[in-house]
Amino acid sequence: MSDTVDEAAADEQAPDDEAPDLVYGAPRTEVRGQQVIHPRRDEWRRTALELLNDGWNMCMDVTAVDYGTYGPGRDLPTGVDPERFEVVVSLLSYERRERLRVRIQVPEDDPTVDSLYAVYPGTDFLEREVFDLFGITFSGHPDLSRILMPETWEGHPLRKDYSTGAIPVQFKAPSQ
Amino acid sequence: MGLVEVQNHGFEGLDHNVMTAPLEKLVNWSRARSSWPASFGLACCAIEMMATGGSHYDIARLGMEVFRASPRQADVMIVAGRVSQKMAPVLRQIYDQMMEPKWVISMGVCASSGGMFNNYAIVQGVDQIVPVDVYAPGCPPGPETLLHAITTLHAKIESGELLRRRSETGAGANIMVEQRDGQGMSQMVTIGQSS
Amino acid sequence: MTVTDQESTMDNTTVDTGLAEGKGQLHLLPRRDAVLRMSEVAAAAAIDGELLPEENDQTMIVNMGPVHPSTHGVLRLMLELDGETVRRSKPIIGYLHTGMEKTGESLTYLQGPTNVTRMDYASPLFNELVFSMAVEELLGLELPPRAVWIRTLMCELNRISSHLLSMATGGMDIGAVSMMIYGWREREQVLRFFQKVTGLRMNHNYIRPGGVAADLPDDWEADLTALMDMLPPRLEEYDVLMTGQPIWRDRLQGVGVISQQEAIALSATGPVLRSTGVSWDLRRDMPYLVYDELEFDVLVGSYGDAFDRYAIRLNEIRESIRIVRQIIEKMPLGDYRIQDAKVTPPPRARIDESMEALIHHFKLFTEGFKVPEGEVYVAVESPRGELGCYLVSDGGPKPYRMHIRGPSFVNLQVMPHMMADGFLADAVAVIASVDPVLGEVDR
Repeated sequence: MSDTVDEAAADEQAPDDEAPDLVYGAPRTEVRGQQVIHPRRDEWRRTALELLNDGWNMCMDVTAVDYGTYGPGRDLPTGVDPERFEVVVSLLSYERRERLRVRIQVPEDDPTVDSLYAVYPGTDFLEREVFDLFGITFSGHPDLSRILMPETWEGHPLRKDYSTGAIPVQFKAPSQ
Repeated sequence: MGLVEVQNHGFEGLDHNVMTAPLEKLVNWSRARSSWPASFGLACCAIEMMATGGSHYDIARLGMEVFRASPRQADVMIVAGRVSQKMAPVLRQIYDQMMEPKWVISMGVCASSGGMFNNYAIVQGVDQIVPVDVYAPGCPPGPETLLHAITTLHAKIESGELLRRRSETGAGANIMVEQRDGQGMSQMVTIGQSS
Repeated sequence: MTVTDQESTMDNTTVDTGLAEGKGQLHLLPRRDAVLRMSEVAAAAAIDGELLPEENDQTMIVNMGPVHPSTHGVLRLMLELDGETVRRSKPIIGYLHTGMEKTGESLTYLQGPTNVTRMDYASPLFNELVFSMAVEELLGLELPPRAVWIRTLMCELNRISSHLLSMATGGMDIGAVSMMIYGWREREQVLRFFQKVTGLRMNHNYIRPGGVAADLPDDWEADLTALMDMLPPRLEEYDVLMTGQPIWRDRLQGVGVISQQEAIALSATGPVLRSTGVSWDLRRDMPYLVYDELEFDVLVGSYGDAFDRYAIRLNEIRESIRIVRQIIEKMPLGDYRIQDAKVTPPPRARIDESMEALIHHFKLFTEGFKVPEGEVYVAVESPRGELGCYLVSDGGPKPYRMHIRGPSFVNLQVMPHMMADGFLADAVAVIASVDPVLGEVDR
């Protein structure tokens, strides 16, 4: 583990234009003053433990985005392939008073990610909500069932191929 | 007409005649002035309903400050807030558990028509589930609007209009509409029918 | 996925979480089996009287809610009772799910606050604030000082009204029914001020991207000073009615205790976290708006019980009064919204005079303004905890993805741990002390 930290420190001090900026073993970008890292899906559990041990003690949010109909290109570092789904985790460190965002690419044909429940037990409900609304399963979660929709509901409402379900009314919205 | 009919049907068992008319008026008068609401506060409208119960707007002067938790003891169900798909069967169950005579005030636009949430998750108007007597618009309706709705309901109770209309038409507006859910299927639904 | 597949993995003590014991934070929870893992189908069977494998002669599974006078909204709890003691519990939510995040994707950024404000309906201005801050972060806007100060003022007043509501309903749940009347008496005065400024008592749509919707009325200082002078004696009445009263103390002290490690592991924020002794408040530790120019204290409890949470809320009202008094003195003059024609609509009077103003108004209210691509997460300290907004934009006039991190949603996870091995009557006290608002739980 210390090797990775030294490597990351060295990378941050002397950034090479060609080598990726690695933090906790994952490429890093900075978006509007906020740090974002992009670990690979199969390294996620290891990275999460490393983050916890390095002082990122609270997991504030776990959510997902369906980039299926996203027009412009995504702001991803080199070496990270865009997939349809992204699981976005937001972490907070008390000592540093900073936030860190983690974006994990999740492919459409295998929407599975490791669960954070054992590392941050506060992700219990948050991961269930992502499963309910997007259909991404979290392996290792003790009770992955629907939380917002009725348990017998079919479909995952926040996916882009699920319509809003609006009843047509006489007065239409402006840009339809 | 006999004693048995009165015992089975209450006042409906008695024909209207000059002897019972003042009695009916008395009954309607008392029903209007002490109709107890069933607490069905769901969302933001519930906060305004609580404000109406507070001392500034004071729903107690209308006899309604006791929000009964048990539907068996309630007369009016004020559906205050948006009704989601998961909540709809619960709403119907509470309505069924209330004893006759019962009335429903649909408070707020979400309860009346789905409000600003025209989507897969919200029932577009509780009159698809229960027959509604008074609709109170607003998002949320201020306490004055709710009090206006309540006094409208009381006026209708006192005149006996609502119970008469129900026995004739089976209650409600009986409007046919095509309802879609988020999964692309649609079905014809009659709004404002009680069963 | 059928429901029966889930039942085999319902026992969280034997599931393979993929980590050895001792790593991660799961081992920090002493009562991690306090959560009743049961599907809703099984719960329905339990209510119908069939005996479940979890039940034995000793325990009984009881349903509380969703229509219940004391569950603070449509919260449903499945409780496993051993006599009068709650062993395990499971909060079941979703009864108010409105699909607001999906609706948010079809509304423009100017319409966004009307949608978002109805999530946490007890403190609507905070939702509008966090959404507007996220949009402004993506746009790269710098607001005029008066707009920022007005936002701070309205948010602190909303904190006062939200805590009054929480104490009113909490008091009524515990049994001090007159607290309901007292709390609403004060809250009406704050709502009256809101109506004067924003036009509405609730769900104001006042804080919009670019500033606020309208300036403060001319006599706002006199109104607010009168309000701030009226409140402290009333708060002392609450001290007499509740804080010093033996029955109130007995019902709340020692009830719903959690430790610091549990609260941090379960991602609790707000009064729930501060009652355990963790001094974390976004207003002071990661300041936003003008909180770094204001003097206020952060209230921290020591026992992590329900009484601490109640006391924190009561004294946060006092701190908010202090903040509002400072704002009254320091409020700068200037614009109440940014004068950027691409974002803020022109004043209505100009529409008659200028063709440009008319076109801008038309474009802004029909198509909406375009926000550059990107993603951002912004958080504020709402009365319930950290309220965050994660916004993804694709360069168009509507958000591509809008997610609100509701503090009550995450705080609900703490409830089974608080209720374990307590009495059934304490369950009501626990819910009142966590103070969930189901609108932001279910969104």
